Amino acid sequence: MTDLQWADLSNQAIAAAGVVYFLALIAYFAEWSSLRQVDRARAAARSSSYAGAGSVAVATGPERPAVEEPRTDRVAMFGRLALLLTGIACAVHFVALVGRGMSADPNRVPWSNMYEFTISGTFVVALIFLLVQRRWGLSWLGPVVTGFVLTLLMVSVIWLYDSTGPLPEALNSPWLVIHVVSAVLATGAFTIGGMTSAVYLLKRRRAGKPDTGVWARVPSLERLDLVSYRIHAFAFPIWTFAVLITGPIWAHQAWSSYWSWDPKEVWAFITWVVYAAYLHARTTAGWKGRNAAILALVGTATLWFNFIGINYFSTTSQHSYAGAVPAISTVAPATTTVGG
Amino acid sequence: MTATETRPTTPAPDPGRRSGELGVLETLRFAWRQLTSMRTALVLLLLLALAAVPGSLIPQERVDSLKAGQWKEAHETLTPIYEKLGLFNVYGSPWFAAIYILLVISLVGCIVPRTLVYARGMRAQPPRAPRHLTRLPAHTAYVSHEAPDVVLARARAVLGRHHRLRADAGDGTVSAERGYLREVGNLLFHLAVLVVLLGFALGSLFGYKGGVILVTGTPWSNTLTQYDDFVPGSLFDPTRLNPFTFTVDDFDIQWLQSGPRAGQARGFNAKLEYAEGAGADQGAEKDYDLRVNHPLSIGDTDLFLIGHGYAPVITVRDGEGNVVYSDPTVFLPQGPDFFSFGVVKAQDAQPTGIGLEGFLYPTYANVDGNPVNLNGDDLNPVVSMKVYTGDLNMDTAQSVYVLDKSKADTVPGQPGLDTLRIDLSPGQTVDLPNGLGSVSFDGMESWQRIQISQTPGKWIALIGVISALLGLMGSLFIRSRRLWVRVTPTDHGSLVEVAGLDRSGGADTDDVVSKLVARLQPPPDDRPEDT
Repeated sequence: MTDLQWADLSNQAIAAAGVVYFLALIAYFAEWSSLRQVDRARAAARSSSYAGAGSVAVATGPERPAVEEPRTDRVAMFGRLALLLTGIACAVHFVALVGRGMSADPNRVPWSNMYEFTISGTFVVALIFLLVQRRWGLSWLGPVVTGFVLTLLMVSVIWLYDSTGPLPEALNSPWLVIHVVSAVLATGAFTIGGMTSAVYLLKRRRAGKPDTGVWARVPSLERLDLVSYRIHAFAFPIWTFAVLITGPIWAHQAWSSYWSWDPKEVWAFITWVVYAAYLHARTTAGWKGRNAAILALVGTATLWFNFIGINYFSTTSQHSYAGAVPAISTVAPATTTVGG
Repeated sequence: MTATETRPTTPAPDPGRRSGELGVLETLRFAWRQLTSMRTALVLLLLLALAAVPGSLIPQERVDSLKAGQWKEAHETLTPIYEKLGLFNVYGSPWFAAIYILLVISLVGCIVPRTLVYARGMRAQPPRAPRHLTRLPAHTAYVSHEAPDVVLARARAVLGRHHRLRADAGDGTVSAERGYLREVGNLLFHLAVLVVLLGFALGSLFGYKGGVILVTGTPWSNTLTQYDDFVPGSLFDPTRLNPFTFTVDDFDIQWLQSGPRAGQARGFNAKLEYAEGAGADQGAEKDYDLRVNHPLSIGDTDLFLIGHGYAPVITVRDGEGNVVYSDPTVFLPQGPDFFSFGVVKAQDAQPTGIGLEGFLYPTYANVDGNPVNLNGDDLNPVVSMKVYTGDLNMDTAQSVYVLDKSKADTVPGQPGLDTLRIDLSPGQTVDLPNGLGSVSFDGMESWQRIQISQTPGKWIALIGVISALLGLMGSLFIRSRRLWVRVTPTDHGSLVEVAGLDRSGGADTDDVVSKLVARLQPPPDDRPEDT
């Protein structure tokens, strides 16, 4: 295949992935609406077993009471369908990334501009969700994940799209793979953690109300808090590695200074500090639970602002990989003077 | 710190005194307690994050002085206010320093006592089982048909593998604890943060960063006067400059000839010839290919290729026929196609000074009467410059890349232009009107911008940040918990109570307890023992 064909394949695959994510989102909504109907049918026999009391005795176990209504089959069917569609979309998404890398001459990793960073980041969000949803019981997060990925894919296609080019010289380094993989991985995980923290806050606001419909699927507050913590605890060292180890090493090689307060560096640092504060808050009296979850959301906001937003606020960033940027810096010092 | 807070947040009240009355010592102690409390550390962390924001939105003098200068010119009212607040140098400002110094004090005040506590507790036995195991957050109980001794022996065997057991637990209980290294990780992380700060401080106090633009072939030696720009740390000592000399012998660029980025540069290679030492101690000449992402280290000094461009060789002869200017002239690229801007200053020309200001088209083309640059490669270079005469205001300090036209005169030229414009291809010479002289474009050279810096403490910072990561992983992933098993004899066997306490704040203790219960069951005869 020629480079142009690979590029076309990549663009078409992104569009196709977007459509399938959208179908998955619809399937998740169908699952939700079926849940509501199940709920109505079951209103009389409401069980209090998932009320989420503080200490769950181990002996009782978390078994769901069996509900005989045929509606539950619909819920399960739509749930499986949605998961399957998300999986397919993620696979097509991967094809788009491969096509993007193959369309460049010479072939390269698809991480050289904002469009490519964004489609890679969203892919990792979807992939992490698929990998951990069974293990950590996160399937209820599906609509949030697919909605998020779909939105960002649209943003990237509409506003960030850039044709394939060879790797700019400054990016042409093995550190690109190490630095970007770790940064994107941490970004994906933090994003999922932000979602569970948001759901935690929403569920908390409902305190006392019976868990109907979708809310019956969402685990207890304690469980949500625990899952959020674990995701953040997974992502934080990776972020530390990306931002405070590989970033500075590479910056030292390429830009001659391991830390130069470049806007992207500043916001990566801010994000790091906010997540450090989140981990602190979880063990500080008066900050547990709600405030910690708010901090996690602040962290997600700074993370994505750093990912996309800062490029539009600051023009001094050496990380702004817009199409028309010189391969290496061409700015000469203004301080140079001749004696008079 | 990430472990559970143990210290009380307020001092115990003294009954003998009215509230609000504190002695000097107590006030200090109160202030110390407040400063080193987790809550304060948290607030300081958030303040640090907040304080870092303006520096990313307002151009910083030490990051990009050109942008900062332009911003100041564009915002006349805000600039004095911002300057007072130090907003053009946020990361060197006193208020930013205040936050991180407070944070460091808070950190030290937190880790020192905790290290002492840890040192004492390191060899401690797991605590005795609480009287009421059912009051712990994760607990369960079951009835076994086995004798209490059998269950206890199995509990010791099962727990002893990965836990420290209390030696004198006695009275039908097993106390087990694991995860002692978690706190080590935690302390290591916080200590390592201090090490990173130390390394960073060394770099910014004793290091320097300088740059020079060199036309290919120009020899350069590492002395202060040779730098175009030089930003030393506040404690930098010029005698620490490594003596060396280098010359860029040749500069290669690969140009993209196809695809959407056609005409842009891709690979750069500055062939460097360098020698360490100076004068009589000069070492042997060595070669190095200086490329982006491929710096050269000489002693403690690192050399980086960070920019390049064209330097057309321009010769100016004055009205009397004397050569008053003949140099490769550095033109600054305006974009990725190397359409570049440059000036020539020949103040000493007779009868009057000559100034030239204009652009270089590396690959010039005339498209529908408009001059266009097609490529970054110098396939058809043309310089197009406007001519000024008279006083170029050279008595004031000014950038070599800017022509001061405030006192200069114009030369009548083509219709529609304020002054005469001359267009030259290599080898061409144009006579200026009114007997001013002539200008020749003799050929093309290239220039490289080399960044030269010393960053002492960078290895300290790197070791610090790697230790911080290791400590962080220890403090996040080592599970710290206590488990207790109490066995009470009953008529038909034993009542077994199991309880667990998670000390890491991220574990599913219910799960741990139920798994322990499963492993305490007697091995069934019909299948092999399940580990």
